[in-house]
Amino acid sequence: MIWIVALVVFIMLAAAIAVLMLDNMIAAVVAASVVSLVLTVIFALLKAPDVAMTEAAIGAGLSSLILAIGLKRLGFWEIKDQKADNNQGDRND
Amino acid sequence: MTKYASLLFISGLAFFLMVITGFLPLGNTPMLVGGAILDSAKDQVGAANVVTSVVLAYRGLDTLGELSILFAAASVVGLVLTKSSFIKSTKETDKIPKIEENDSGFVAINAIDLIFPLLLVVGLYIISHGHLTPGGGFQGGVILAIAFSMRSIVRPKQKSVDHGLVTLIEAFAGLSFIGIGLVALFTQGNFLQPLLEHGEFGSLWSAGTIPLLYLAVGLKVGAELAGLLLALNTDEVDA
Repeated sequence: MIWIVALVVFIMLAAAIAVLMLDNMIAAVVAASVVSLVLTVIFALLKAPDVAMTEAAIGAGLSSLILAIGLKRLGFWEIKDQKADNNQGDRND
Repeated sequence: MTKYASLLFISGLAFFLMVITGFLPLGNTPMLVGGAILDSAKDQVGAANVVTSVVLAYRGLDTLGELSILFAAASVVGLVLTKSSFIKSTKETDKIPKIEENDSGFVAINAIDLIFPLLLVVGLYIISHGHLTPGGGFQGGVILAIAFSMRSIVRPKQKSVDHGLVTLIEAFAGLSFIGIGLVALFTQGNFLQPLLEHGEFGSLWSAGTIPLLYLAVGLKVGAELAGLLLALNTDEVDA
């Protein structure tokens, strides 16, 4: 039990740090969604299924959707490969 | 630099929280209300899910407050972020769905068409069994809203949901929630007190008015969030 919780918390922390470190906005939104999804597992392990369902529906589903629509409206919705990203970075520098 | 500063801030906050929780005695709660509710909820409310009997019977007024907060938030977002908030026509719904210029890819469209009925079933199940199993109006309503808005996100040109109908459902659900509460106020003396017979404990038709209240909550939350997402997405297409 304690090792499952430790693993889950580790995944959650890794995803939360990935939100800060990732350059790609879409990947950051997905990482934020992963944080909520793993938090759902923690709530289910703590025997709070109501809270777990709320977290899964709102945290992992709805807020990621709203963030994605926000990215689209703000014009940050772009999927680039790493090489093109690097080239553009060099040009800007 | 900002990233590392925020990381440092968060870890400092976590450290302070850990120090504070270190002083708290774990396992013996000073709150006595929880135990009292656990003892008497089955006889007083008759809902198999005790969380539901707290949310809708013992703290029904708080749920009404949550609904008004959600309504205010959705109204403000709709007011600030959208220019033309009304979807223009609904006649294109009758057409056979075909892939147009602004649509998502083949895989996304067909996947959404495939899981849309499943999402509807899951959402309605969670709402209608809210007094028996975990879940309820809020969770099921959010799932319904996601189901309807996903269809319109993968097909931005095609107007799949009428905005006027969504507003009508939302208004009707909110009015019926307050209406049930007012009926309880005038017949039993307390606002949102559970009415009707409890029925057989654990069956679908039990717990009096609790399933009706959760149906109203689910429809209101679902219509509100679906309208919000549709308005955001529509304006993005028109602009």
